[in-house]
Amino acid sequence: MSKFKSSKTKGTPAISTSSLPDIIFMLLFFFMVTTQMRETSLRVKMKLPMATEIQKLEKKSLVSYIYIGPPINQALYGTESRIQLNDQYARVSDVPEFVATEREARNEADRNLMTTALKIHKDTKMGVVTDVKQELRKASAFRINYSTLKGAEKHSN
Amino acid sequence: MRRAAPEINAGSMADIAFLLLIFFLVTTTMDVDSGITRRLPPPVDNPESVKIKERNVMNVLINSKNMLLVNGMPGDINTLKDIAKDFMLPHYPDNPSYPEVEEASNHLIGNYYASKGVISLKNDRGTSYDIYIQVQNELARAFNEIKEELAMDRFGTKLANLSKEKLEAINDAVPVRISEAEPENIGGGN
Repeated sequence: MSKFKSSKTKGTPAISTSSLPDIIFMLLFFFMVTTQMRETSLRVKMKLPMATEIQKLEKKSLVSYIYIGPPINQALYGTESRIQLNDQYARVSDVPEFVATEREARNEADRNLMTTALKIHKDTKMGVVTDVKQELRKASAFRINYSTLKGAEKHSN
Repeated sequence: MRRAAPEINAGSMADIAFLLLIFFLVTTTMDVDSGITRRLPPPVDNPESVKIKERNVMNVLINSKNMLLVNGMPGDINTLKDIAKDFMLPHYPDNPSYPEVEEASNHLIGNYYASKGVISLKNDRGTSYDIYIQVQNELARAFNEIKEELAMDRFGTKLANLSKEKLEAINDAVPVRISEAEPENIGGGN
């Protein structure tokens, strides 16, 4: 009969799904590589205060962090709030050096856009915070951001 | 003759990979840092040299027991925003119990009155950071409400809908003037 016999009865061939795992794995690796892990391990307790009038920190690469809070290992370091710079406890007098190092690590053009994010435990006393702020002023790191969580605080009184 | 090993069914491989993917998506937190942004003043050698008229200043003190003193009266965090807003709103004609006002204009906003008021915030070394942030937040709320009203009045829309230029104009018209005193012990703290 006809030379070109159409095989109507066959239907559409099944799409091969054997490469699906590879695609998914690629996605997986993409996410694993791009999501940033926290680079400093916290050595102070961190319970941020709440606020409503907050702004997002725009450029993450221009932000340096100062952590202040009660030490995690209280048996060893006591309960008084400590300052943490990078990965270790520091004193107030170490702040200018920290600011200088952070500034060195950035582009010259971006240096005056740098922000210091103060991550401070809510039970900290203002004394140490004021000291740090004074040091930042002296080191001319004027842009600061008090890190807070979004939400309304319940006013007890 | 050895039997050939049966082929392993790889059909569920995708599901396993999906599970892994979803696990990673859920556990990695894209924590967006947010907070109250402030600008520290440059250090001054002689803090006494800055003099502002008394009627232009609203004093907010927080002591080591986390109690507020607003303009010499015991204050409360719940009423602070309204007091600050009432103080900072430009009052015209000139009213001696409110800060001075001056006329200003901007090509986007037009003519407006600008208050010369300053909120002076002072805290003790023993004040808790939590209260300090709450006070900063309430003061910021006061300023934001004034800005919001100005935007509504001049542009007929909310701040969030404004273009960048208009937002800048509003920010210029209502500067966030919170002055923090040079630190000193105002009693009670260590």
